[in-house]
Amino acid sequence: MASSKIKFELPFHITKRTDIVAWKAWLVRGGAIVIAFILTAIVSTILTKGDMGGFFKEMFVGTMGTANKALKFLNGWVMLLMIGLALVPAFKMKFWNIGAEGQTLMGALASVVVIKEWGKVLPEEVLIILMLLFSIIFGAIWGLIPAIFKAIWNTNETLFTLMMNYIAIQLVLFAINIWAPNGSGTIGILKYGSFSDAFGMNYIINIVLVTIVTAILFIYIKYSKHGYEINVVGESVNTAKYIGINVKSVIIRTMVLSGALCGLAGWFLVGGSPTPTINSTLVAGRGFTAILVAWLGQLNPIIMLGSAFLVVFMQTGAAQVASTYHIGSSSAFGSIVVGLFFVIVIAAEFLVNYNVVFKIHKHKKVAKTADSLATFGNKVEKEETKKEDIITEEQFEEELESIGTRYFERTITKSKNFEGNDTFTPQKEKPPVEKTAENEEKEDK
Amino acid sequence: MFLVFLRSAIRLSTTFLFGSTGETITERAGHLNLGIPGIMCLGAAGACVGEEAYLKGLSDMSQANGFAVVIIGILCAMLFAGAGGLLYAFLTITLRSNQNVSGLAITTFGVGITNFIIPQVDVTGFTTVVSKAFTAYAPGADRAGWFSDLFLTYGCLVYIAIVLAILVAGFIKRSKQGLSLRAVGENPAAADAVGINVIKYKYIACIVGAGISGLGGLFFIFDYLGGNWEYTIEALGWLSIALVIFSVWRPNIGIAGSILFAAFYILPSYVNVPFQYRELIKMIPYVVTIIVLIAISLLRKKELQPPASLGVPYFREER
Repeated sequence: MASSKIKFELPFHITKRTDIVAWKAWLVRGGAIVIAFILTAIVSTILTKGDMGGFFKEMFVGTMGTANKALKFLNGWVMLLMIGLALVPAFKMKFWNIGAEGQTLMGALASVVVIKEWGKVLPEEVLIILMLLFSIIFGAIWGLIPAIFKAIWNTNETLFTLMMNYIAIQLVLFAINIWAPNGSGTIGILKYGSFSDAFGMNYIINIVLVTIVTAILFIYIKYSKHGYEINVVGESVNTAKYIGINVKSVIIRTMVLSGALCGLAGWFLVGGSPTPTINSTLVAGRGFTAILVAWLGQLNPIIMLGSAFLVVFMQTGAAQVASTYHIGSSSAFGSIVVGLFFVIVIAAEFLVNYNVVFKIHKHKKVAKTADSLATFGNKVEKEETKKEDIITEEQFEEELESIGTRYFERTITKSKNFEGNDTFTPQKEKPPVEKTAENEEKEDK
Repeated sequence: MFLVFLRSAIRLSTTFLFGSTGETITERAGHLNLGIPGIMCLGAAGACVGEEAYLKGLSDMSQANGFAVVIIGILCAMLFAGAGGLLYAFLTITLRSNQNVSGLAITTFGVGITNFIIPQVDVTGFTTVVSKAFTAYAPGADRAGWFSDLFLTYGCLVYIAIVLAILVAGFIKRSKQGLSLRAVGENPAAADAVGINVIKYKYIACIVGAGISGLGGLFFIFDYLGGNWEYTIEALGWLSIALVIFSVWRPNIGIAGSILFAAFYILPSYVNVPFQYRELIKMIPYVVTIIVLIAISLLRKKELQPPASLGVPYFREER
């Protein structure tokens, strides 16, 4: 910008948009999902040398071909959703908890510890309740540790929670070796503590409870005071401090909640399975996939129902396609499909958040003049104002004729430096409190 | 025994060192690339594809030129890994999407592609010709007893990694471009204002960083594993990201750090502890990383902090 000798200029520029209509945004996202679907279909058609119909057929056969498969699929769906839900409060707060894998695993470990310790002596119902309590506590502790350091010393939470995953994995491996002193690395299927076949249907408790958690979390985030505080802390820590929110306690409280929900997911994974056991891959990367699910679902529990469904559908379906057509290992193909899907959907989000404006010839000329003046303009003190609109050609011509070139150039220069430009762009005034707070945040940085 | 252990640690450290040197470059430009594990896998896959093509092109396996094998491996690994880096860069720089989410998507994608490609590669000659070329050392280097065991008889990639780490550290600290790179990572708006092409720097940092990380995958399968394939590169990738923090964003410290990490990683097979406790020893690198992370946040020393804009997308018109 500062250089007056710009040799190459892109024929378009990008502006941020905040006012996209909801249906348009969803049209873009839906379009991206359809494109992702078609693209994966094409890729697998090439790899399998088969037909596209076969691909779609196998996707459905693999996920809901039989009642058993459908039930398993349903369970996979709610499990991924559950971990995704656990991340929502943390992400709303802009606390990048990528430790869901570890928190869930710790919850699962707690359940297994309870089974191993008291499985023989306690009645099944008491045992299951105890497992639930321990799972939630273990998960919460695993979320609490990074939260304390973040709240007090502002330790980078992304890297902290990431490392906590591997500590949890190593702890599980250690525990397994303690339980299996022969070195087999597996503890087999546990005899106690399974509630999967309650009410005569596998996974029913998982499915029902996760549905309830979804509803509660939706209300918690949207309508509760806690949810409001989380939102404010996420938007601006300084605003939160200004209006008297205790930021530290909100961070710690929210992460305990996030970890506890992960622990709950761990309880589901152990007790809710017809073959309760534990190994280091029990969570199977769901802790990471859930991050994508939560983000894809706009951190809204209801929308996440859909995003979790899509991801599990893609994963299981692709695994079925791979095993039917013998293309590599089935989990690998599933990863490719899901990875491709995410990349496309992430890319599409750009079109929701930003507006691409193509420059017209006359604007280019003005832009050049403006650029040469920009060097000078940079010295002028800048105001903290966003440039939200661009000038249409008609407006530009009118103004040009009526006010005269000199004044016009000055104004454009100003607008190039993103100063307030009340002549052309009627800006929406923001509430003063928020604005000040945002500025404060910037200055702090 | 100790000599064997140290030698093994130094060998394995190369994987971490490549991974963390690459990630350091990326992070210095303000991009936390969580796609590194996937990108290291992609590097391994690229090398496998390249070597397969090269060996297929020869009429006889014995004609293979060791030098060509190494060059092809390096180029193909960097090409595949660089492509992963380009995808990451496009998503996070041009499309300004969330870095954590994009990185994780790339890890999923990269690991998937690698696990898909490698079982289909014809591995004839990998354990003999290719691995031999990568582990070859200069003639006569093995005559100095323990000294050569410890310092002289590694494959070329070990030395390349160390030299590269020193060069990159010097580049970041001393050169003009390195200063610009740091400025981009600390405060892109200010860097932009003084005329640094922020977008260009970010793109180059992401692609070059990914390319270097990819060499870690190449080294792991062709040198450390001697041409075999194991699904452990992903875990090593996460450790490489940990190493970046451990080395406080300085690749020269990373050299020692990587040897330490590698030592802890292989220690369980060398010490005489009950096998139950081996998993606890493997936990040490992660715990140490967390301690370092806490320590740098406690110290509040400016030069030890992560790049200030790490993880924050840069949009010029937004402030």
